[in-house]
Amino acid sequence: MSTYEAGQYDVIVIGAGHAGVEAAHAAARRGAKTLMLTLNLDMIAFMPCNPSIGGPAKGIVVREVDALGGLMGKVIDKTYIQMRMLNTGKGPAVRALRAQADKPLYIQEMKSILEKEPNLTLRQGVVEQLLMEDGKCKGVITETKALYRAKTVIITTGTFMRGRVIIGDISYESGPNNQRASVKLAEHLEELGFDLVRFKTGTPPRVHNQSIDYGKTEIQPGDEHPQHFSYETTEAILDQIPCWLTYTNEKTHEVINENLGLSAMYSGMIKGTGPRYCPSIEDKIVRFHDKPRHQVFLEPEGKNTDEVYVQGLSTSLPEYVQHQILRSIPGLEEAEIMRAGYAIEYDAVVPTQLWPTLEVKNIEGLFTAGQINGTSGYEEAAGQGIMAGINAAAKALGKDSVILDRSQAYIGVLIDDLVTKGTNEPYRLLTSRAEYRLLLRHDNADLRLTELGYKLGLISKERYQRFEEKKHLIEEEKERLSKVRLKPTEELQQLMESIGGTRLKDGVLAYDLLKRPEVTYDVIEQVTPSEKDLAADVKEQVEIQIKYQGYISKSNQQVEKLKKMESKVIPENIDYDAISGIATEAREKLKKVRPLSVAQASRISGVNPADISILLVYIEQGNVAKVSSE
Amino acid sequence: METDTIAAISTPIGEGAIAIVRLTGEEAIPIVNRLFDGKSLEEVASHTINYGKIVEPKEKEVIEEVMVNVMRAPKTFTKEDVVEINCHGGLASVNRLLELVLANGARLAEPGEFTKRAFLNGRIDLSQAEAVMDLIRAKTDKAMNIALKQLDGKLSKQVSQLRHQLIETVAHVEVNIDYPEYDDVEEMSHQLLKEKTKYVYQEVERLLSMAKQGKILREGIATAIIGRPNVGKSSLLNALVQETKAIVTDIPGTTRDVIEEYVNIRGIPLRLVDTAGIRETEDIVEKIGVERSREALKQSDLILLVLNNGEELTEEDRQLFEAVKGLEYIVIVNKTDLPQKLNLEEVKQLAGDQKVITTTLIEDEGIDKLEEAIADTFFMGDIETGDMSYVSNVRHIQLLQQTLQALDDARNAIEADMPIDLVQIDVTRAWELLGEIIGDTVQDSLIDQLFSQFCLGK
Repeated sequence: MSTYEAGQYDVIVIGAGHAGVEAAHAAARRGAKTLMLTLNLDMIAFMPCNPSIGGPAKGIVVREVDALGGLMGKVIDKTYIQMRMLNTGKGPAVRALRAQADKPLYIQEMKSILEKEPNLTLRQGVVEQLLMEDGKCKGVITETKALYRAKTVIITTGTFMRGRVIIGDISYESGPNNQRASVKLAEHLEELGFDLVRFKTGTPPRVHNQSIDYGKTEIQPGDEHPQHFSYETTEAILDQIPCWLTYTNEKTHEVINENLGLSAMYSGMIKGTGPRYCPSIEDKIVRFHDKPRHQVFLEPEGKNTDEVYVQGLSTSLPEYVQHQILRSIPGLEEAEIMRAGYAIEYDAVVPTQLWPTLEVKNIEGLFTAGQINGTSGYEEAAGQGIMAGINAAAKALGKDSVILDRSQAYIGVLIDDLVTKGTNEPYRLLTSRAEYRLLLRHDNADLRLTELGYKLGLISKERYQRFEEKKHLIEEEKERLSKVRLKPTEELQQLMESIGGTRLKDGVLAYDLLKRPEVTYDVIEQVTPSEKDLAADVKEQVEIQIKYQGYISKSNQQVEKLKKMESKVIPENIDYDAISGIATEAREKLKKVRPLSVAQASRISGVNPADISILLVYIEQGNVAKVSSE
Repeated sequence: METDTIAAISTPIGEGAIAIVRLTGEEAIPIVNRLFDGKSLEEVASHTINYGKIVEPKEKEVIEEVMVNVMRAPKTFTKEDVVEINCHGGLASVNRLLELVLANGARLAEPGEFTKRAFLNGRIDLSQAEAVMDLIRAKTDKAMNIALKQLDGKLSKQVSQLRHQLIETVAHVEVNIDYPEYDDVEEMSHQLLKEKTKYVYQEVERLLSMAKQGKILREGIATAIIGRPNVGKSSLLNALVQETKAIVTDIPGTTRDVIEEYVNIRGIPLRLVDTAGIRETEDIVEKIGVERSREALKQSDLILLVLNNGEELTEEDRQLFEAVKGLEYIVIVNKTDLPQKLNLEEVKQLAGDQKVITTTLIEDEGIDKLEEAIADTFFMGDIETGDMSYVSNVRHIQLLQQTLQALDDARNAIEADMPIDLVQIDVTRAWELLGEIIGDTVQDSLIDQLFSQFCLGK
């Protein structure tokens, strides 16, 4: 059957999940005429798993997406039912926001923003094939035979590719939440030579709000004064809804152990690799069998729905066993399941097939982003989505591509890890994956990325001016504090003692006083207030930058050192076979990953320092002339 | 580029009865075979020793009787074909042999190039490579043992254990950060972190103090013998030499006699130094004055000040005491067979904290006391023999010192009440530094640790 010409675009985005929406929005904002195709327009930015956004590392990604001009932060700030700042007892580098989302509202809000984007077209449709010309991707063909032409295409199909839902011994082809799976596209990618891998994830049952006895659980309220993800948000949502905490017990574990053979995970029905950080309840009980109980969080899925997400009970056990498990738990004795938990298996692209721009190495013009690249999590998807959108638009419009480095953003860490190391399991960001996490803070995401977002056209002029003003005020106040010398007056001495500090021996610069552990900016303000009415985020920056200056500059020095290696570019036409002395494993890895710099090469697992020194010697010697003749 | 055949004399020059010329590379066997009168080395089995003669091919002149060790790749030190020619230790003959293999297609190896090759061929890790370097330079049996043990990875094992301690602690902090609601693990407190890192700190300190001993063992204790004429310095030297059957080394190019001699007392090497170029140290003070003598003597780790029991203390003796003040020295009151005229009380007073021993060297009496005194001075009486693993390499020592510094920073940060995740930066740094010693800094292992130690995931 022949196709019909349905339109011409700069960028086409396949999929409208958390990666797809950011990609489409960023591309459109960068000036590309963009088409977003999705299976179901009612499910834009749907959250098939937990109803929350943010958390350690992930929350900082949301801030980064926002600092670059993306959507996730803005939308969740308008639709949260609860907001909490986590790790407040720890240092500034690991503080992170987490919001409980109103799922249906989130979808509505996202869709409405996208619909208003002038350069962006939304359309429902199932892509079955890519239009390939001369080995390059030039467009897509849908199930209804519409042919859309484009300069670049981004695939963000999440867990839909050959998705298969499994509950006990029941299994059927499906995307998450019983949506259609994307089968033909997966087959097509395989034909195009993609290296695909089978991953697995899972979700717990949802129960009816009215069937829960909250009296037997612990309340988990939101923050009294909620902070926000987006630098543009000005208004807080005041009527927050709490979550609830309960625990599994011996009885629960007994039920699970008795039925272990029925779990799809253990009966051998599931072949895909699941994530260690998000194990099913049966996994937890098998691997940590001496733990007497596990936490179970009850999280409302929205204000206008009675569905409650049972966080911590992800499972692929049969539906009737899920009933038994739930009813063994305090507060859930009468629980009514509204949706059963399930495991889902899907195809993912081995991400080492991608350049750090997220363009596919072997197919020019094609990008992939989000869970299809082997990650998990809405935030990880959004972070890749915005970068794929930026770079696909750049390619279509003949502009420069953008690669964030590891010292610049968690998004940089995420993408570098994926394309350099690949992943054996669904990849989740953790703060420990970032070697410079003190530089990648929640509080300074704007200082790191807003300038870039503005240059790319994703940040409005008005917002950028506000940002410039903030930056100026921070520097000015730091400068001021470095000049104000405080005399050890009796008043100041008493103040020091009242906050648990020691008396001053001598006069001291306000700047140095702020470095004392017990001294906050508020204390400084009492002693020497600024003439200006500084905003809370300016004060926060001044305090953090001064207080942790020693650590921050140490990190900066490390970054500088690494920059030397980052700047050692590996010629694109290098022939690794011509370099003698490199270990076979390292050679194969280098040929596959094709790192852009020596620093990136050194991060490939299996490439040892010896290989790097040989590679360095080789590059230094200028032996690169020995490229293969093809 | 890296595959040509290199050769070098692999034994310390002039130090042994046997010297070895070693070759590595694709051409190693054919090159030696061309010079070899005996079995065809191209056909002998790998890892065999073959007797024969080295013959200069043009003149057919027999150069040397040799044993040739043939080791084929990859089970060799460099993972390449390796040939070792064992010949007599004389400098001239071994040099001639080297010249011959170089004339026949081998290239003179740069310093350390064998090891570098082994390293580049993935044969050994960094710490092993450096141990090999030390092995080559090993001067005494004990130093040899240390280098061997390090090659076996004994140090690696110890360092790995310390790293494990640190990574557990770090994983603990990480789990608090990444899973703030996870309630199954105690929140890592400053106190807890302090305790956990303290142990590692002490262990690293111990490795470092061992390192000092290791250095002494490897390089020898630079020792000067001083005293007035005829107090028994020569007897002392002879006694030491006899005791250890040390070889007096002729350094080529010096027509004068010995510059450095090694003697080995129960495994402790003494490197007898020629102080300030003045061979006759009895007249050192007279020649260059007390102050300059001090400067010259400072280069020694140990000074043996010999006195004559049969004579009263002279002005010269007192000047010698003046010259060694504040340095490490042992007073040897010799000739106890003679009637005592020396005022021992005065000597002890002059010596202060330093040890005074009595000997009759002419009758070989008292050397054991000297050994004891040396052991006391340098090893706190307790030379760890046998089971100890010393860190004997400059790079390792530096890394251990940096580790100590990082742990110290962590401790200071704890004192300053810094947030735990910042303290943890220095703990992680210590973990990485230890990893550099054994060439292992893979990030992923932290994440593996995290998930095997804790049951995570909401």
